[in-house]
Amino acid sequence: MPEMTLIDAIREAMDEELARDPRVFITGEDVGKRGGVFRATMGLYQKYGEKRIVDSPLAELSIVAIGIGAACAGLVPICEIQFADFIHPAFNQIVNEAAKMYYRSGGTWNVPLTIRAPYGGGIGGGLYHSQSVEAFFTHVPGLKVVIPSTPYDAKGLLKSAVRDPNPVLFFEPKKGYRSIKGEVPEGEYTVPLGKARLARQGSDLSVYAYGMMAHYAVQAAEQVAREDGIQCDVVDLRTLLPIDKETILASFKKTGKALIVYEDNLTMGYGAEIAAILSCDGFEYMDAPIMRLGGPDVPAVPFSHPLQEAFMPNPHKIAAAIRQLAAY
Amino acid sequence: MPTNVIMPQLGESVVEGTLSRWLKQVGERVEEFEPIAEVTTDKVDTEIPAPASGVVLAIYVAEGQTVERGTLLAVIGEPDEPVAATPSATPAQKHVTAPEPKPAQASPSAQRYSPVVARMAAEHNIDLTRIRGTGLGGRVTKKDVEAYLAAQKQPAAELAPWEQPGGGDLFKPTDEIFAAANAKPAASAPPPSAAPTQAPPSAALSGTLLPHSAMRRAIAKHMVESKLHTAPHVTTVFEVDMTRTMAHWKANEANFAAQGVRLTLTAYFVAAVVRAAQAQPILNSRWTDDGLFVPKVVNVGMAVALEDGLIVPVIKNAQDLNLIGLARQVTDLAARARAKQLKPDDLQGGTITLTNHGVSGSLLATPIINQPQSAIVGVGAVTKRPVVITDAEGNDLLAIRPMLYATLTFDHRVADGALGDAFMRVFKETLENWQ
Repeated sequence: MPEMTLIDAIREAMDEELARDPRVFITGEDVGKRGGVFRATMGLYQKYGEKRIVDSPLAELSIVAIGIGAACAGLVPICEIQFADFIHPAFNQIVNEAAKMYYRSGGTWNVPLTIRAPYGGGIGGGLYHSQSVEAFFTHVPGLKVVIPSTPYDAKGLLKSAVRDPNPVLFFEPKKGYRSIKGEVPEGEYTVPLGKARLARQGSDLSVYAYGMMAHYAVQAAEQVAREDGIQCDVVDLRTLLPIDKETILASFKKTGKALIVYEDNLTMGYGAEIAAILSCDGFEYMDAPIMRLGGPDVPAVPFSHPLQEAFMPNPHKIAAAIRQLAAY
Repeated sequence: MPTNVIMPQLGESVVEGTLSRWLKQVGERVEEFEPIAEVTTDKVDTEIPAPASGVVLAIYVAEGQTVERGTLLAVIGEPDEPVAATPSATPAQKHVTAPEPKPAQASPSAQRYSPVVARMAAEHNIDLTRIRGTGLGGRVTKKDVEAYLAAQKQPAAELAPWEQPGGGDLFKPTDEIFAAANAKPAASAPPPSAAPTQAPPSAALSGTLLPHSAMRRAIAKHMVESKLHTAPHVTTVFEVDMTRTMAHWKANEANFAAQGVRLTLTAYFVAAVVRAAQAQPILNSRWTDDGLFVPKVVNVGMAVALEDGLIVPVIKNAQDLNLIGLARQVTDLAARARAKQLKPDDLQGGTITLTNHGVSGSLLATPIINQPQSAIVGVGAVTKRPVVITDAEGNDLLAIRPMLYATLTFDHRVADGALGDAFMRVFKETLENWQ
């Protein structure tokens, strides 16, 4: 099975979907000849032409608005937002139009739109190239929110997102674009939306994470298993909305202890919802306070390298939290 | 300057108390004399008042922990005042003992259980205090419970009768029946074990294990200590004609009631005990290795049966009280005992005890001495009985009289039979000649 990087898997998914369905097209800033700022669409313009791979103005509102209109008219758009930090001008289009279209039209109109956006810090991107924005959108019924952590899942989930009849936000951990590698089978496969994945098995405690933090959580779990004999379940959530309560609770019922990791600001972050599910539906299985490890509540990921490191959860910090929780 | 909260002496024979509940937590403000904690001692539940106003800076004794008097329980002071993380530096700290067979509790958090641990304990009927916690601060974790269960693993729970293989010959394969019949007697069964090991009651009998209350444990300890380890008990029995006492009681009940006092026979018995104790102070004494301590006062302990045990409040300076004073004390102490509102002071200082076991119909009993006292008087039920009396002319007559049996059980180290009988003669005469 060929090994590839996260970004290669994402490109391959788009390539296959473009080939499979002529309604699929890509639009975004520099996605055409340039192949995208991260090279996610590299070579696709040359392969599918300017009508399928469409460079957009520097206006995120319009990228998404064009996507919504095209989707309603029968096309299957993949909109790229160059950095998740830039998605905010499109917030109204996503939340007020895309998310509500099917509902307010009584099921007459649906929006088979995929919005791809690299998110997250740790790449020296500073305030406007490091943000995590998932919590804004996981609050909105009508949207689906997906964050892969492995090349296999990235490809399978993106294909599912493209084929989904509803708007899907597909956030990609940009720090892992080239640092995360994994085996991706040749040929057609998809990974279903709405299903979490048990990335690692252990009975001492459960670590819940997604994206880059899921990747780190597995590393941390391996480290504490090696050094301390602590065995963790690592639940890679994969799809944040809809949320896979079943898998989340199954792990918790086994271990009774939960550590939730996300790099977004801690307060009101996505992990709070996991904590709420565990404390409500898993109360009788609870053996320790539910623990969250997240970014500090500061306005942005700092540009300064030491400050960025201080902000970002990493395998070392996760391992420390695992040890603390295991000892409780 | 931080103020220490110390486990007080809650009774003279009471050397330890169980911290049953903290009423203030660390960080909470408390005013001087405001209750800061609830304490259960052998015989009384009470509250400890804060020795000073301030903020609770540290708590050193967990709920449920039993500590000796003088143990440092907590520290009160002003916020940010430095206090020791552990009380080891304080000379007042005494050796801490947890109720057996509990492992020592490492910290307050050891007394808190997570939902999963609580649920598993309920499901498997586990006494969590028996599990040594390996979690933070001695916390019992889910894994600790699992390990405990694995260690306790018994053969599966008893099957319903219809689930069990039949025991009769009808249910046995024929070859097994015949094999048994043909076997030589010597080889048929293994010899019975010479020293059968003591099986837990549940192994042989089905039933329910009722956990002991703190009071039950205390009573058990005191009874064993008094009767088996301290005092050689001896009992003398007297018969008392209650005619005059009963007549006085009937004549004065309403009169007392008008003064707001409920007159009971117990008041008369207490009065008779006082009279007898004054006549024979040796029986109102305490044995010590240095000598016999004879108090100047008669403080009569009065056994009161409770739903879940027994408690003995003390009528202080009973020698100074007349019948109405005694009746008032008897009624007040009994009512507060049943309402669990006795104060530690109410239980202290007894010099002799009265138990009116007749109220539950008993005719005769040999009670156990309430240490460190030397004697206990037991009175049975007053019953009408035919008795032979002699009239002024010397004629024997058969009469129906209200009678009771009264006993004095006393410490034979302290006194011999003649002294005990002398005591009881006064007791008897007091009641028989009540004016």
